[in-house]
Amino acid sequence: MSGRHYLPLTDAERKEMLSAAGAATVEDLFADIPANVRLQREMNLPPALAEREALLHLAALAGRNKNSIDCISFLGAGIYDHFTPSAVKHVTGRSEFYTSYTPYQAEISQGVLQAIFEYQTMICELTGMDVANASLYDGATALAEGAIMACGSTRREKVLVSRTVNPFYRQVLGTYLSSRGLQLEEVPMLDGETDLIKLEGLIGSDIAAFILQRPNFFGILENVDKVADILHAKGALLIMSVDPLSLPLVGAPAEYGADIVAGEGQGLGNSPSFGGPLLGFFASTDKLIRRMPGRIVGETVDKEGNRGFVLTLQTREQHIRRERATSNICSNQALNALAAAVYMACLGPEGMKEVAFQCLQKSAYAREKISSLGNYSIAFNGTHFKEFAVKVPGGARALNAELLKSNILGGFDLTPYYPELKNTILFCVTENRTKEEIDMLVRVLEGWR
Amino acid sequence: MRKHKELLFEMGRAGRRGYSLPACDVPVKPVSELLPASMQRKLPLDLPELSEGEVMRHYTALSTRNHGVDSGFYPLGSCTMKYNPKVNEEAAALAGFAFAHPCQDESTVQGALELLFKAEESLKEITGMDRITFQPVAGAHGELTGLMMIGAYHRSRNENRNKVLVPDSAHGTNPATAAMAGFEVVQIPSDDRGLVDIRALKEALGSDTAALMLTNPNTLGLFEEEILEIAAAVHEAGGLLYYDGANLNAVMGYARPGDMGFDVVHLNLHKTFSTPHGGGGPGSGTVGVKEKLVPFLPLPLVGRNEERYYFDYDRPASIGKIHSFHGNFGVVVKAYTYICMMGSSGLKQVSADAVLNANYLMSRLKSSYNLPYDRLCKHEFVLSAREQKKNGVSASDIAKALLDFGYHPPTVYFPLVVEEALMIEPTETESKETLDSFAGVMEKIACLARDNPARVKEAPHTTVVGRLDEVRAARQPRVRWRRSDS
Repeated sequence: MSGRHYLPLTDAERKEMLSAAGAATVEDLFADIPANVRLQREMNLPPALAEREALLHLAALAGRNKNSIDCISFLGAGIYDHFTPSAVKHVTGRSEFYTSYTPYQAEISQGVLQAIFEYQTMICELTGMDVANASLYDGATALAEGAIMACGSTRREKVLVSRTVNPFYRQVLGTYLSSRGLQLEEVPMLDGETDLIKLEGLIGSDIAAFILQRPNFFGILENVDKVADILHAKGALLIMSVDPLSLPLVGAPAEYGADIVAGEGQGLGNSPSFGGPLLGFFASTDKLIRRMPGRIVGETVDKEGNRGFVLTLQTREQHIRRERATSNICSNQALNALAAAVYMACLGPEGMKEVAFQCLQKSAYAREKISSLGNYSIAFNGTHFKEFAVKVPGGARALNAELLKSNILGGFDLTPYYPELKNTILFCVTENRTKEEIDMLVRVLEGWR
Repeated sequence: MRKHKELLFEMGRAGRRGYSLPACDVPVKPVSELLPASMQRKLPLDLPELSEGEVMRHYTALSTRNHGVDSGFYPLGSCTMKYNPKVNEEAAALAGFAFAHPCQDESTVQGALELLFKAEESLKEITGMDRITFQPVAGAHGELTGLMMIGAYHRSRNENRNKVLVPDSAHGTNPATAAMAGFEVVQIPSDDRGLVDIRALKEALGSDTAALMLTNPNTLGLFEEEILEIAAAVHEAGGLLYYDGANLNAVMGYARPGDMGFDVVHLNLHKTFSTPHGGGGPGSGTVGVKEKLVPFLPLPLVGRNEERYYFDYDRPASIGKIHSFHGNFGVVVKAYTYICMMGSSGLKQVSADAVLNANYLMSRLKSSYNLPYDRLCKHEFVLSAREQKKNGVSASDIAKALLDFGYHPPTVYFPLVVEEALMIEPTETESKETLDSFAGVMEKIACLARDNPARVKEAPHTTVVGRLDEVRAARQPRVRWRRSDS
């Protein structure tokens, strides 16, 4: 048996312990499982592998996946190829952090608690919001929790979401809200941005919140200057989903009057991992703190006045409040939040600005180059950050297959999610892409059709 | 010895950096040309400014202020804090897994799809269920997915069932999830054996019953011996049976929820299947279902035809998407590695040793602490500090006293059905020496509670901070640092 080295008991000890427990055999320990529910055979699983064999098997599986280390990636759509400094993995690889549970026993969990307190502070700094929680599952469920929180806070049952919000997030929103009997209505788009006139017409006294993504799914920074005022005048909330790596340069949600901010934090020091684990970050105004889902770390003192950190406001949570909890969340994405904090600590304000600056410059360079090719056009006019939609002269799948021949992971095919956008691809250009790589993309596009 | 660790924000100097980017190699334009001034950030951005070495020292210092499974014994009941094999971490970090993008063409991620397919095959066999989804990323997320499917199932049969029954010993996530999925919660009492009170259950069952959520073995560590009768009663009333898999570590290879009559099962890969808890996450709340619920599984499932593996989105009755992409894939890689390493007899030995360790420790401790349900336990057991409480020493005091001996305490005050509960789950990866030492310390604390209760009530004495004022933290919430406060 291969995994034997995880099990310290020896046969002699097993015998001794059985007798101490008043049992003659191991079977006696399972005597309370009635015979008619006992599995009367061995489980049929593949033969156990030794560690070396297991690693070879896993490496062979991994070897059958293209990835952004071996290829040049222009794929975004919510998961981004940003560089992670080596220090991040060395911190999250410290097993005092990664082998611990939720920090219920504060005195021996000050490491995780302080790290999360610092993470919460950084999320507040980035977004401009008053309070942030310790993390939720991902950008999509964070948005769903935000929508549910807005309904609870306003005592209304209908949420508006822009069609320019990530389609995967809208699908998850639909699943979450409909199961609770809450309504979700889509606000149409115009030239890749929320149709603000239609939005205004939809905001009535029955609307709990409007959800806007910025930059939106097409990479466009929508004009939100007046949105919060219009919503607040009708007693509704503004929920924003934002890219944290845009915020060092781009106006923060608080500057636009957002009440709730929910987003995907993967780009902050977490690898794409085929879509998970991710990092749902969540922030709000002070006013909403007692309705917030998830863990929150707070500062306090011990008897001698030493500063320390604890999980706080726990009466919101399932283990105390049970069916009256603000959410059912228990396990979150703490280690991914830690990675995000270390990432931000390494980059600092200037490094964060530089990442945003290079995303902005490099994607603008790629946009300009691609639009100068005769039969490609940038789909929308707005102000872009690091992604942009391109109308291409043929099917997106065929183009991506062509790009793959040059070891390029092409863009995201928009047509299945936006049937009105024929032959349109969403390209993403992060700080990791070099001029040479962008030029290569452009050359392949030029030579295709 | 007690000394606070300064915050990141209290360290460093303006102008320091912990990482340098390569120079921008494309022609640079004025930012205002790409980003109109009206769209630029006006708020200051107050983040720490530190060198890489300072960042590492800070977090290394924090890590030493944290107890993990690798630091010492962690018998936190219901959480299955077993050793996390290191090969799991190596596997998940392989570039083909860690740097694959979820939206790549399926032809470029055949290895990832094959892994999901094979992990599903193994978990189907371990649980006795017909299909598995890896979309839910935590136990509570799995519960929500399961209850959404149960709702969809009843609606598909034009039945209006709005009540979910939950035993009083259940995890808090069970009732919270039922409410979140739009159901009304009905609590079912436990009987004097610590098991579901079948008479009360039968009285509560009716045409409005959507499901019964059950943990088996339950949170007292006891196997629900009448499980088949329970399943029959629930099914006869038209309801479905939901299995909270938090305690699957007790029965692998011995019994399967699929054979007990359960219709939906969630597994905590971060408990039973050895993936680390990460200080609170990430986990995976993988869900398995019986055939009749397969149409409702979230999108997408993994399929296979003659040539290739693929994501199957063509499932019109599905509850829809519940995660941005494909769940916590990286966690599934770790769990799959573990299953590959253990095999069938290895997993059965895991459960045998987990149950043996729990029964052994229970037999050692029942003379010094009250054992409210004195019968064969499975992977965990629950003691009560009611005797110690008479001297003013609570379960929480005992937990704090354990900190001074380098142990993570058991779960306290849960399950709710036991007064001053101490819920102990040793897991199979602990040696007899560890259990003996722990038992010795627990006995010592019981003596102290009798002879010198004040000493216990003042614990911990050796940790980096003393008992923290939780009331103050909640009354005057300070949940972020502000330069203006310091």
